[in-house]
Amino acid sequence: MTTLLYDGSFDGLLTAVFEVFEYRYKDVEIASKERFHQENIFAEIHEVITQTDKSERVLNKLEQNIGKPGIYKLLKVFLSEDPDLENLTLSAVRQSVKHPEDNILENFADSDVLKISKICKSVDRERHRMTAFVRFEKMKDDVFFAKIDPDFNVLPLIRKHFKDRYQDQKWMIYDLRRNYGLFYDLDDCEFFYPDEKIDLHHYQQKFHDEEKNYQVLWQRYFTKTNIVERKNIKLHIQHVPKRYWKYLTEKW
Amino acid sequence: MNFDRLKEKLEILADAAKYDVSCSSSGGTRKNKKGALGDSSPSGICHTYTEDGRCVSLLKILLTNHCIYDCAYCVSRSSNDIKRAAFTVEEVVDLTINFYRRNYIEGLFLSSGIFKNADTTMERLVRVAKKLRLEENFNGYIHLKSIPGASDDLMQEAALYADRLSVNIEIPTESGLKLLAPEKNRQDMISPMRYIQKGIIQYKDEKKILKKVPKFAPAGQSTQMIVGATNENDLQIIKVADHFYKNFNLKRVYYSGYVPVLEDQRLPSLTTEVPMLRENRLYQSDWLMRFYGFKAEEILDPNMPFLDLEVDPKLSWALRNLDQFPINLQTAEYQLILRIPGIGVKTAQKIVSARRFQILTIDHLKKLGAAVNRAKYFIDFNAGNAYLRYLTDKNFRRLLIGGSSSKFHNQFSQQLTLF
Ligand code: SF4
Repeated sequence: MTTLLYDGSFDGLLTAVFEVFEYRYKDVEIASKERFHQENIFAEIHEVITQTDKSERVLNKLEQNIGKPGIYKLLKVFLSEDPDLENLTLSAVRQSVKHPEDNILENFADSDVLKISKICKSVDRERHRMTAFVRFEKMKDDVFFAKIDPDFNVLPLIRKHFKDRYQDQKWMIYDLRRNYGLFYDLDDCEFFYPDEKIDLHHYQQKFHDEEKNYQVLWQRYFTKTNIVERKNIKLHIQHVPKRYWKYLTEKW
Repeated sequence: MNFDRLKEKLEILADAAKYDVSCSSSGGTRKNKKGALGDSSPSGICHTYTEDGRCVSLLKILLTNHCIYDCAYCVSRSSNDIKRAAFTVEEVVDLTINFYRRNYIEGLFLSSGIFKNADTTMERLVRVAKKLRLEENFNGYIHLKSIPGASDDLMQEAALYADRLSVNIEIPTESGLKLLAPEKNRQDMISPMRYIQKGIIQYKDEKKILKKVPKFAPAGQSTQMIVGATNENDLQIIKVADHFYKNFNLKRVYYSGYVPVLEDQRLPSLTTEVPMLRENRLYQSDWLMRFYGFKAEEILDPNMPFLDLEVDPKLSWALRNLDQFPINLQTAEYQLILRIPGIGVKTAQKIVSARRFQILTIDHLKKLGAAVNRAKYFIDFNAGNAYLRYLTDKNFRRLLIGGSSSKFHNQFSQQLTLF
């Protein structure tokens, strides 16, 4: 058994996949350095150095076989942070190389493909929820700021959505769990990675003067638009799971 | 802006608008222009859900709840003694923009009581939409409720700025409308719909020739029917919906279970339950017509004009048409696979994809997301299926209900325990 250790990036993972073929490894697993704990002391370690020419060759091959939508699916698997993500990716690439004429990601009867499809569904749902449940708060410096804590690493998947939508206001979306964010300054929309966690103590003091008012208006609207006679809390919670509540202005 | 006064208005005018159920923001395709605010995506986004479980995607308010009419089913009716308020055009625009910037909403749904007359009211609604588009550069979703009887010119203008227009039919039958809203007539409701429909068709034609035709109600029109305020049956309701889908190219018909809010001898009493399960069955039927290829006549039998509350309309159809089953999973056309109870659109598509690779079994079916406890009785696998022997059983219906209705028992348990 050989273990390929990569740096935790998508390019790194694809480089590792490339090297599995390059070195003709059969009995192999891929693991990211951060998450790797050596369990099998007889395993041989192969350190992967991320090389974009190798990852791009994998991408090009994949694009021929499973198209851009297929690659997008594998990207979602990567962002899912699923413990099995490396081996699922490897399995998909192997199958795709074996059956280049088919879109193997449609073979739902295969257990790896089905798992990929399930992971994509979960990631998609979280992605969708983030487009819905992000709540911006206007700060003194006119930046609209939002905190998120998604179950999967979906920030890269919502960049385009927010970039298209909010072009005439500065905004920032910050992932509290993964400690990085996305910032749009009216020109560019880039990821940023602070050295330390952003300090959110007393951050309400940095609100724009009008912010509290609109929050209250929204809360009153939320209450008044409800039809008491039709109350159905179970359905409500099904749609808005409790773990999101602390980020939703209307639920304070 | 006076915040306290604005808050009070918002409370009154959101409360008065809440019974209108058409709140979806789907079907919009407005792309953001460089440096402007907002876009509308075809699928629409629900930003939150009320405690009654309904999606909130738009700021849904009335411009005013002053009204010269006295429709029995409406809280804003003139004889009802309630607090009245009216927004200014600026206030509605300000709320919409500021809610949108915070990602609370996809846009605005603006309706209104009728003050003075139809045109004065409609003109005010149009001004809101116009200001949002032209002065605020707003590309989010706008749904305007057209006022019955408004002039063609105003409808034309409304359609230029709004994504969707709707006129509520309110009461499914003409006789019901006569009873509850004697001042209204059906023709006034239908003629703006006809006008918009013509406009949409004309837009499509012109678009083929000229590239730059201004958008005309790009998300189409919809309507709403109140269910259970008068004593129409489900077959009548489905037929009306079907008529509007076919003849007016409506995008959506909404069904709103009547919430008894007013004491009136023409109306069900205040203690009547909201017919939520019935409303749900109507939506299910509507889906069958729009996405599953069912015809209105297939959904209900004229001898039994009410939807079965025990089983969903698709299963109900299957039970009435057992001779159509079993359906072979490996070879049947997609349209037929769709008719198998327990198999939805997505699962049907997956089946058609996956069966190219291998012979499907019941285990595959489970993994593909079918409700196998129902589906298994209706399917022929290439390798045979032991469950098919129940298909001819006299107690088949009972057997199925035992294993299938749990979803609704949970969701509507409040209602069901009362029966
Ligand atoms: S015209 Fe509209 S707002 Fe006025 S009473 Fe009738 S339904 Fe209500």
